[in-house]
Amino acid sequence: MRSHLMLFLSAMLLLPLPAGAQEVMEEETAVVTYAPEVPPAITRKKPAKVIVKIETRELVARLADGVEYTFWTFGGTVPGPFVRVRTGDLVEVHLSNHPDSKMPHNIDLHAVTGPGGGAASTFTAPGHTSIFSFKALNPGLYVYHCATAPVGMHVANGMYGLILVEPEEGLPKVDREYYVMQSEFYTKDKYGTAGLQPFDMEKALKEQPDYVVFNGSVGALSGDAALQANVGEKIRLYVGNGGPNLVSSFHVIGEIFDKVYGEGGTAASDNIQTTLVPAGGSAITDFKVDVPGTYIIVDHSIFRAFNKGAVAQLKVSGPENKEIYSGKIGDEVYLPEGSTLQSIFQESSSRPSASSKEERIKLGESAYKTNCMACHQSGGQGIPSAFPPLAGSDFLNADPNRAIRVLLHGLSGPVKVNGETYDSVMPALQLADEEAANILTYLYNSWGNAGHEITPEQVAEARKAGKVENS
Amino acid sequence: MMIRGFSAAALLLLLSSCQSLDEVRTARIPQGEYVPFFDADQKPVEVRSFHLDMTPVTQSQYLEFVKKNPSWRKSKIKRLFADPDYLKNWKADEQVQSEQAPVTYVSWFAAKAYCEWRGQRLPSIREWEYAALEGKRSGERGDASNDNQAGILNWYSRPGKEPLPEVAKGARNQYGLFDMHGLVWEWVFDFNSVPKSDGRSSSSEFPEDLFCAGGTGSSGDPGDYASFMRFAFRSSLKGSYTIRDLGFRCAKGES
Repeated sequence: MRSHLMLFLSAMLLLPLPAGAQEVMEEETAVVTYAPEVPPAITRKKPAKVIVKIETRELVARLADGVEYTFWTFGGTVPGPFVRVRTGDLVEVHLSNHPDSKMPHNIDLHAVTGPGGGAASTFTAPGHTSIFSFKALNPGLYVYHCATAPVGMHVANGMYGLILVEPEEGLPKVDREYYVMQSEFYTKDKYGTAGLQPFDMEKALKEQPDYVVFNGSVGALSGDAALQANVGEKIRLYVGNGGPNLVSSFHVIGEIFDKVYGEGGTAASDNIQTTLVPAGGSAITDFKVDVPGTYIIVDHSIFRAFNKGAVAQLKVSGPENKEIYSGKIGDEVYLPEGSTLQSIFQESSSRPSASSKEERIKLGESAYKTNCMACHQSGGQGIPSAFPPLAGSDFLNADPNRAIRVLLHGLSGPVKVNGETYDSVMPALQLADEEAANILTYLYNSWGNAGHEITPEQVAEARKAGKVENS
Repeated sequence: MMIRGFSAAALLLLLSSCQSLDEVRTARIPQGEYVPFFDADQKPVEVRSFHLDMTPVTQSQYLEFVKKNPSWRKSKIKRLFADPDYLKNWKADEQVQSEQAPVTYVSWFAAKAYCEWRGQRLPSIREWEYAALEGKRSGERGDASNDNQAGILNWYSRPGKEPLPEVAKGARNQYGLFDMHGLVWEWVFDFNSVPKSDGRSSSSEFPEDLFCAGGTGSSGDPGDYASFMRFAFRSSLKGSYTIRDLGFRCAKGES
């Protein structure tokens, strides 16, 4: 309806147009690209007639290292070429079936309005070409696929790709666009079995693939073939799912999609972690990369990623941004609660209690080695900027009661020790009164400290006071 | 491989009598019932006894025809009867690529003319399918775990090889027919129609049925991928088409 109205309006404005005249469309041949590349954005402000030429080919190619498969393809690749047109374009599709093909093929483009999406009009025997045209009425990112019976097998063997119908005003500008399409393969033998693998119809019927991959093979977007970007760039992934059966939980580890045009439509949602991509459907995901590193793209139905190949990589280069992502800033021994508590109490009940200060220091030394030394080190010197020193420590010597409470209940937040500020966490140590007393007595009588003796009674008393609040 | 209805001695005799390449070998296909693939009602239809060539027509057999019928030469053929790829793999009018390989790159018109020249005819879809299915009922054919079907799908899946292998080197079925699966597609007389159990053949409702999920509604056996592929392939053809993996064999007797 709208195009009729536009035509009417333009006829009104440009009066010398003869009655019934059709707007003359420019004609061009579509620039098609192969995954992960995407054709450049359309700069035309008017619709055009766009010729799209696609060839169907059957060929043996790599599915994984050492594993080959007979793919049926559009354009000799899986996925097929990326087609980019504009809303209002008249798209003329030339589908040629290579003479070496054993099968007839056709194409059903989900961007088509009309029965079969072009399937019946493009049904093509080996060695022939079919032509049909359609008007791109609705903007969006659409899957195309072969729809020749048995459809499942034509799709399972690799016959799908994406066609983008840009809205008239175009899509928001980004720095990089990539084409990523998920699909699964049903092979006779299990994942990784070497050799030429035939299609397994039984597994396909049960929807139990051995391979779930991005862009047609395991590792197609990894290592040297990883997607590339620079810090600060806006990235757009045109994501398709050829299926034939599985729905994808599409996710980029360590990124949040700023925008997702869900199911490839025109309405965008903000701040999405994982987006569903239906079989025979798509999504457009936009995100800015702020921090360098390798980002792993997965189907978050996670066994597919870990065991079936649904992994790709996006490598982002550029300067670090520690505020957004610090990297590792602590590495501590973690003593879980509960289990330690129990074992220490059991141990301590069978352990003799100290009968003198010397004995207390001796027992304390051994308990220190077990519980404290990993962080505070054998000489009590600590680790600069991570763990404060105990040797000659003003913080320790100033307040024995506080020291007991820190030992029993832990401490977090900034503290100043010998003039240095430490902002870290000390875990609560589940120690018996006797053991805590021994450790502290050892500390106070080592490395030039104040020489106090701490008794189990003192510990019991301080324990009641709870954690030292430090803010 | 199943060989039923033949004693070993008879088989040997038969094979030894087949050394002459010029001699046309046919197998008698007994009368029986068959459930058409594209029939949701799954009613069996009767197929009368007929004779069918044991192998696809070879290039040397077809050469004989061309020599005696110059209008079917590669250089003389009328465009109406065959597209420009007609006998594409032959080096010249009377120079075949491989004598014992099946003749391909032949149109339906050419295949029909050849059979008629020999006093025969092209088999119907029903006859061809009946002979290939060896009495398997629809439903049994679509079992995904069926090794036979897996083998057929495997051949259908692979791109063809050049030159084509020779005839009678592949599997032989219980009627004595070689290469019904695994060598070439074969022309049939009514290639662009669908036989139904009520006896009529429909060509109007056929192609639409084969696209997308269509087809599953009108077939009694949605798991029979091999049949879907044969019907899909045949329905993509026109009478003048010539294709690298498409040959034919002739039939004789009641239709």
